[in-house]
Amino acid sequence: METETAKDERTGAGGGEAPDFLEFRGVSKRFGAVRAVENVSLEIRKGEIFSVLGPSGCGKTTMLRLAAGFERPDAGRVRLDGRDITDLPPEKRRLNTIFQSYALFPHMTVRDNIAYGLRAAKRPKAEVEAEVERMLHLIRMTDQAGKKPDLLSGGQKQRVAIARALINKPDVLLLDEPLAALDLKLRQRMLVELDLIHDEVGLTFLYVTHDQGEAMSLSDRIAVMEAGRIEQVGTPAEIYEAPRTSFVAAFIGDTNFLEGEVADAADGEHSRLRVEDFPPVVCYNDKTLGPGNSVFLSIRPEKVHISRDRPEPATLRNVFPARVEDVIYLGAMTRYWVRAGDLRIQVLRQHARYFLDEKPIRWKDDVWIWWHADDGFMLERYREKDESLIAPPPADLGEDAGGGAPDEDGGR
Amino acid sequence: MTAATRRPPREGLLTAPSFVWLTVLFALPTILVFAIALRNPDPDGGIGAGWTAANLGRLAGPGTAGILWRTLWISAATSLICTALAVPVGYVLARVGPRWRVRLLMLVVVPFWTSFLIRVFAWKDILHPEGPVKRLLAALGLAGPQTSLLYSAGAVVLVSVYAYLPFMILPIYAAAEKFDFRLMEAARDLGARRWRAFRTVFLPGIRRGLWTGLLFVLIPSLGSYIIPDIVGGPSNELLGNKIAQRVFVDRNLPQAGALSVVLMLAVIAPLAAALILERRKRRPGGLFR
Ligand SMILES: Nc1ncnc2c1ncn2[C@@H]1O[C@H](COP(=O)(O)OP(=O)(O)O)[C@@H](O)[C@H]1O
Ligand SMILES: [Mg+2]
Repeated sequence: METETAKDERTGAGGGEAPDFLEFRGVSKRFGAVRAVENVSLEIRKGEIFSVLGPSGCGKTTMLRLAAGFERPDAGRVRLDGRDITDLPPEKRRLNTIFQSYALFPHMTVRDNIAYGLRAAKRPKAEVEAEVERMLHLIRMTDQAGKKPDLLSGGQKQRVAIARALINKPDVLLLDEPLAALDLKLRQRMLVELDLIHDEVGLTFLYVTHDQGEAMSLSDRIAVMEAGRIEQVGTPAEIYEAPRTSFVAAFIGDTNFLEGEVADAADGEHSRLRVEDFPPVVCYNDKTLGPGNSVFLSIRPEKVHISRDRPEPATLRNVFPARVEDVIYLGAMTRYWVRAGDLRIQVLRQHARYFLDEKPIRWKDDVWIWWHADDGFMLERYREKDESLIAPPPADLGEDAGGGAPDEDGGR
Repeated sequence: MTAATRRPPREGLLTAPSFVWLTVLFALPTILVFAIALRNPDPDGGIGAGWTAANLGRLAGPGTAGILWRTLWISAATSLICTALAVPVGYVLARVGPRWRVRLLMLVVVPFWTSFLIRVFAWKDILHPEGPVKRLLAALGLAGPQTSLLYSAGAVVLVSVYAYLPFMILPIYAAAEKFDFRLMEAARDLGARRWRAFRTVFLPGIRRGLWTGLLFVLIPSLGSYIIPDIVGGPSNELLGNKIAQRVFVDRNLPQAGALSVVLMLAVIAPLAAALILERRKRRPGGLFR
């Protein structure tokens, strides 16, 4: 019964969802030969922070521009709150954008920048002034209201851009890598601030970024995008824990890929896989793949256990002997690259009591690695080039790697 | 805190060449013109001895006021029409791809390969009572037999616009090319229609180019005398014609100088006023903060 609910969570079959609000239906956009967006269908729910996450050039900005109305799709429709907005010009859409470069009007003061939307809507002067004051207060910039954007810091510009967009009370706020231009510290602060603003105004956010950390920490749901296509949509946990394609597995965090073929069923839900030059691997099989089907597995490095001692055998536990080839001590963790059979496998291990560990694992040590059958994921799509996204082991570490761990006589 | 106090000492050296240039080619001639305006004429066409205000006094008649007024409005109309034409051209030039941009810029510049005088004379043929434009208008019933295209204030404005348009287009294009067109998208995104975005974001964004173009057109049209001479006829003379007549026909340099002074003051006074107003607006603290 317990495993049942766990699977439900993994595949995202939750209840009580808000209705779809902003919808892309089969949207495609080409620029000459470049397929910037290719047959994308997405439903963004009211009030959620939805991220589009993908590497630079994958079509994220184009998605936002399609939503904002700066681009017309070659095919497909965009709908907002049940209404088809595909043919509406930008000024008629109740969406506002935080541009990657902020795009503040340089000849206007902060106050005039923020007032722009309401003035364009020809709202009464008194109302405009009151709303602008409210916004200035919200972004804590009342004392900077008379300044031109040139005189502001990056974080301040960012806040003005947010206020300028929010004052129109849009249905959806579109954010194009809004934190990319900020330094790390500021980025983290603005991330919290964005979250607070989201809670305060209760808007729907469509957030575009190439930074998985941002997307993971901010989003209710994430669409992972690659080369104009959506690879997977899900909560941050779903995306990370249950990647469906090699791209998602490799782009978000690190992983190990195993290529194999279904040999036979291990039990109702699990199959045994044949992997070349490697002992059989047991894996959860939700794809109802039968014997003979070839599969690709993704196993996160932190799901792989490592020890000098052979672990107790258990059902659904894959145990293999291996040899340590590289060790990188990272403080909170240590990263190992081990050779098992013909495969190089990455293992991430958190330290509980590093100095108290009786036998720290060193370079060239013979070890055992193991993982639970449910921690391996069969990928729907595998492309070899995605492996290049995984952090490779450093080439020049060699013998020093073992020394990455402090020596017993060194520390105390 | 002001920039002036922090200027590096070498700045004097760096600006010396342009300072000398301005002094020799701008300040000195201006002072000379003012000085000549206050001298007696010499019967041989030179500058006589002794100082006098008679040259300026002689301008006080209604004739001068009329011609000054005509010069000002024709120049203003020329500048405004040039601006109205050049802004969309500059906008398009800045937005088209590089290949088209080069071709279109060539079109703007290519007339300069022909002598200015010849181009203005060509207009005389185009606007001639027997010329193509008149015939076309007559055929369309838009012009009667006695409507004259040539020798009118309209002809002066038309040909001036033709002649000075590139001087407006080029600075506006230069400014538009640097303009960040994403700002227009931001304006549209915030709810502004095309025209509002254009007016409130694009035009302020290229205002330097606009001012430069305005000066490039206004100043030569204020002093222009070839165009009114060729297509304006005697009833549409401008100050420039008067000055030319004083120099070449009457050989009265001081009188020409006096006219130039009037023209200069007519230009400088409004410019100075505009500049002061602009400064006031920029710094709420006032002029001398
Ligand atoms: N206006 C355009 N003209 C031509 N190609 C474009 C244009 N806009 C985007 N592209 C191309 O479309 C692809 C996706 O771009 P973009 O949406 O900006 O990606 P991202 O925001 O994810 O970095 C890129 O290959 C880019 O070069
Ligand atoms: Mg982008």
